[in-house]
Parts: sequence; structure tokens; C-alpha cells
Amino acid sequence: MLNIAVIIAFTLIVIAQVLNLYRLFNGPSLPDRILALDNMYIDAIALFILVGIHFSSKAYFEAALIIAVMGFISTVATSKYLTRGDILE
Amino acid sequence: MVVVECIISFFLILGAFFALTGSIGLYRMTNFFTRLHGPTKATTLGVGSMALASAVYFSFQGNGISLHEVLITLFLFITAPVSAHFLAKAALHLRMHKNTEALPPR
Repeated sequence: MLNIAVIIAFTLIVIAQVLNLYRLFNGPSLPDRILALDNMYIDAIALFILVGIHFSSKAYFEAALIIAVMGFISTVATSKYLTRGDILE
Repeated sequence: MVVVECIISFFLILGAFFALTGSIGLYRMTNFFTRLHGPTKATTLGVGSMALASAVYFSFQGNGISLHEVLITLFLFITAPVSAHFLAKAALHLRMHKNTEALPPR
């Protein structure tokens, strides 16, 4: 039962990633692309959690946490660059 | 153990459904500010419930309670409003609320 649930969750999140890729490629403005990239980071965290459950291994947790931190930092840095023209002033 | 598997499967499918809902909102909405609304709520709830399912799964593996998946949930709950706020500030700075035309038709 758990295998079927993991496969269904994989399918739904891959569909979500494809929709994010659409918005990333032809988003009309630059904040749209940043938002799509941030959403792709969050869905990648979900994929890593699913892989960890599928292989029943705890090693994927650190990768998910590092992806969460890096996604937040990159989103804040690019938004700050759009707002001020500089990241650290 | 069947009950535990049912709980894990329920939270996994709920989380994946919420992530898909956020991405559909990102895909379908017409304005940037409405597009910002969908992912920032739905994906944090989705990844939160998936991390909860992972915590339940690894707690019943026999090595005691594993709570470090809650760390991801806590981090996302703190950082998602901050990043959405920065994105909205960037969009306001680019004057994206002045031009109100819709997206080109698909």
C-alpha cells in the first residue's frame, strides 16, 4: 500500500514540476521566473523526502535541508537584486 | 502496522495534492500577485504534511522517535512568507501593479 502511495505522490509532484517549468520558461516577467524557481526548489524537497521513504534511508534528509536553505537564500538574493540593483549594500 | 501505513499514505497523497494545487495556481492565474498567492500557501502545507509522513515512517522503523523532519517544516514555515514578501516588494518596485493587462492567450 505504501509503495502505491509513493508512486502516486511521485506522479503528482512530477506534474507539478512540469507546470513550474512552463512558468519558468515563459513567465512574462522576471519575478514570475524567480517564483517558479522557488517553487521548483520546494517541490525538489518533496521529491527528496519521497526518495528517502522509497529507499527507507535517512541519508536524503540532509540533502533536503540543504536544498531548503539554498532555495531560500537564492530567492532572497535575486529579489533583493531586482529591488535594489545590488545584493549587499 | 496497517494503520500506520494508512496514516503515512494519507499524508503523502495529501501533501502531493497540495503541491500540485500550488503549481496549478502558478500555471493558471492571470496576474503576478494572484500567482504569488498559490505556491506560498499550498507548497508549504504540502511539504509540511509530507515531512510529517516521513517523520511518522521513520519513527516506526524501530530506532526511536525521529523528529528531524520537523526541522524542514519549521524552516519552510519561517522562510516562505519572507521570500514571498521579498518577491512582492520586487514586483512592486518594478511597477507591475500599474499595467493590468492579462496574459497573452494560450
